[in-house]
Amino acid sequence: MRPEPKRREMPVQPPKERIGNFDEVALGYTAELAEEEARRCLNCRTRPCVEGCPVNVDIPAFIRKLQEKDAEGAYQVIRGSNSLPAVCGRVCPQESQCESRCTMGLRFEPVAIGRLERYAADVHNAGAEAQDAPPTDNGHRVAVVGSGPSGLTCAGDLARKGYRVTVFEALHTPGGVLVYGIPEFRLPKSIVAREVSALTAMGVKIETNVVVGRTVTVDELFEQGFEAVFIGSGAGLPGFMGIPGESLNGVYSANEYLTRANLMKAYRADAETPVMKGGKVTVVGGGNVAMDAARTALRLGADRVTVVYRRSMEELPARREEVEHAQEEGVEFRLLCSPVEILGYRNENDRQDPKNGFVTEMLCIAMELGEPDERGRRRPIPVEGSEFTLETDTVIMALGTSPNPLIKNTTRGLDVNSHGGIVVNEDGLTSREAVYAGGDAVTGAATVISAMGAGKRAAHAIDEYLKGKG
Amino acid sequence: MYQILEKTELNSSVVRMEVAAPRIAAKAKPGQFIILRVDEEGERIPLTVAGTDPERGAVTIIFQTVGSTTAKLGRMQEGDSIRDFVGPLGEPTELEGLRRVCIVGGGVGCAIALPLARALHDAGAEVTGIIGFRSREQLILEKDFSACCQELTVMTDDGSHGEKGNVTVPLKRMLEQGRSFDSVIAIGPLVMMKFVALTCRPYGVPCTVSMNPIMIDGTGMCGCCRLTLHRGDETLTKFACVDGPDFNAYEVDFDEAMSRSRMYGEFERKVREDTCRLFRGVET
Repeated sequence: MRPEPKRREMPVQPPKERIGNFDEVALGYTAELAEEEARRCLNCRTRPCVEGCPVNVDIPAFIRKLQEKDAEGAYQVIRGSNSLPAVCGRVCPQESQCESRCTMGLRFEPVAIGRLERYAADVHNAGAEAQDAPPTDNGHRVAVVGSGPSGLTCAGDLARKGYRVTVFEALHTPGGVLVYGIPEFRLPKSIVAREVSALTAMGVKIETNVVVGRTVTVDELFEQGFEAVFIGSGAGLPGFMGIPGESLNGVYSANEYLTRANLMKAYRADAETPVMKGGKVTVVGGGNVAMDAARTALRLGADRVTVVYRRSMEELPARREEVEHAQEEGVEFRLLCSPVEILGYRNENDRQDPKNGFVTEMLCIAMELGEPDERGRRRPIPVEGSEFTLETDTVIMALGTSPNPLIKNTTRGLDVNSHGGIVVNEDGLTSREAVYAGGDAVTGAATVISAMGAGKRAAHAIDEYLKGKG
Repeated sequence: MYQILEKTELNSSVVRMEVAAPRIAAKAKPGQFIILRVDEEGERIPLTVAGTDPERGAVTIIFQTVGSTTAKLGRMQEGDSIRDFVGPLGEPTELEGLRRVCIVGGGVGCAIALPLARALHDAGAEVTGIIGFRSREQLILEKDFSACCQELTVMTDDGSHGEKGNVTVPLKRMLEQGRSFDSVIAIGPLVMMKFVALTCRPYGVPCTVSMNPIMIDGTGMCGCCRLTLHRGDETLTKFACVDGPDFNAYEVDFDEAMSRSRMYGEFERKVREDTCRLFRGVET
């Protein structure tokens, strides 16, 4: 039988409707669509997709279960190597990982592995409250710093092996970037909460409001009886451009803007945390975070949202799907241009004028692409005399982050590289015995799944280490 | 949850609370702050630690009921619990080696200045205190300051207590008289700190200020609390939550900080109006 060349599309909320709410954009496969899509898998012998997955999910095996209409069975296969299936099914860049290796993709469209993963996880979550029972306690205690994707994965894998794990979270809610960064319409908070409760059901203890490095140091964790520590503290300080006007009112880092909107629920009418809504919004940057910020701004009632990026669409680093969704929703893209200065309102005659100090315009310059840089991306070069202004009320800088220095500064003997990232070996071991690290704290801003992969490798290494110690 | 162990009203709008937070009580040093969230729907606000009692596991906070969150916090009673309470955040104030110090406190900022004055006094330093308030009604902590200051000058804008005028008047007088300080540490409203810095500058005395900008996470993640420093020809962006809250007063761009502190003024005003309307509705 000749396979279906095209993958099954996933139903989505229509663009006009969805910009008026914070509900999830992608609605997920129906049972019928999932079964049809699962049948497209050739079950090939080479299984390249598994290699493409940072946590090596047995993809052909779970798809086979779906072909047999056994969604719960499929979920159990995924869960065997992935602690957060419902999250990964939504936010993983499958097109550059598992799906990019799919044998079907050589001639046709690759199997929609991510959509199938999401389907299996959602069916499981909608079903009975069946949760993993706590495994037999092996008596060893491990501390995990940060409850983002790497920390949760590391904690889950260790708990399954019988370790007593405590996760320390600086914010008031567990989830890290999954709750403060990724918006509700892409990853509902209820899904994160559900994955977290699955971990606590296994015996993982989560302590919020603990800033490791301040409330307690890594050394003190050892004194308290923890035998190994995993640092998954995430990315830190937001980057700014260093251009004039970045401290004007109305200029946000994407971290601040998204934290206000997501974690602090500023999108709700009765929210106690304010965020600037409406008007003209300009987002600077071209990554997934920039897309999240732009689409959040639309939903908060912006009249116009413009993404300003210094290279062309080809180099834009955000996932294709996110860019397409943003375009469908009406986000405008000003490519090949870069901000030079942000200008603000200033009433010389009335220093009490409440508009004083607020953003009014952004001065930009057009760019052209020159020779490729060391990473192979063509370097943008300013075109002389091409300055122009964009009217804007809010500017969101989505320029990435640099690692938070808090843990480095308070942990003796913890080496970091020139970017401030914690130095680790292939097992995630740092320069300190029994201290492991992974995720953005090591790599700088990267993906949820690569952080999960790091958490997983570290959990394995911690297990080996503590077993070796006896 | 973090229980309120004790509550005292220092004046009609300033409240002192002791909160059960053993980990923070064991760690906090003068100059550090906490972030709290009153309830599940609340916003996160920073408050500087005004004292600790490690044995009881208690952290003292002193705040003025100015916005909707501090008003809500002010309505809570002993035995009630605060939803979230995290810290200690920021770098402690550098007090090492200071022998003669002038501590300048303005309004509720005196609550933060007091633990510094105490720590310096306990370390054997000579502490000169200048505290200022709008009027007698706003006066707080006078006795506490007297106990740890060699010399204390109290100022009120209207002259209803102590001397009439603002804190820069006695400061300038002392500097004029040739009094020398290893450091002047000023904590209070931005405009006060700006003028303390301007007063000190001609005399070349080191001056430190404690900045309290709008914050969210307090751990160096959101960048909301950024401020600009001018150091020589350099312009630096710093984050008050991890690099501060203390900064060299001569480097801080106060005008920008004042402008940034007004970012949500309109929002706060609206919340206040809505709340007033709500209460009117209840009364009728």
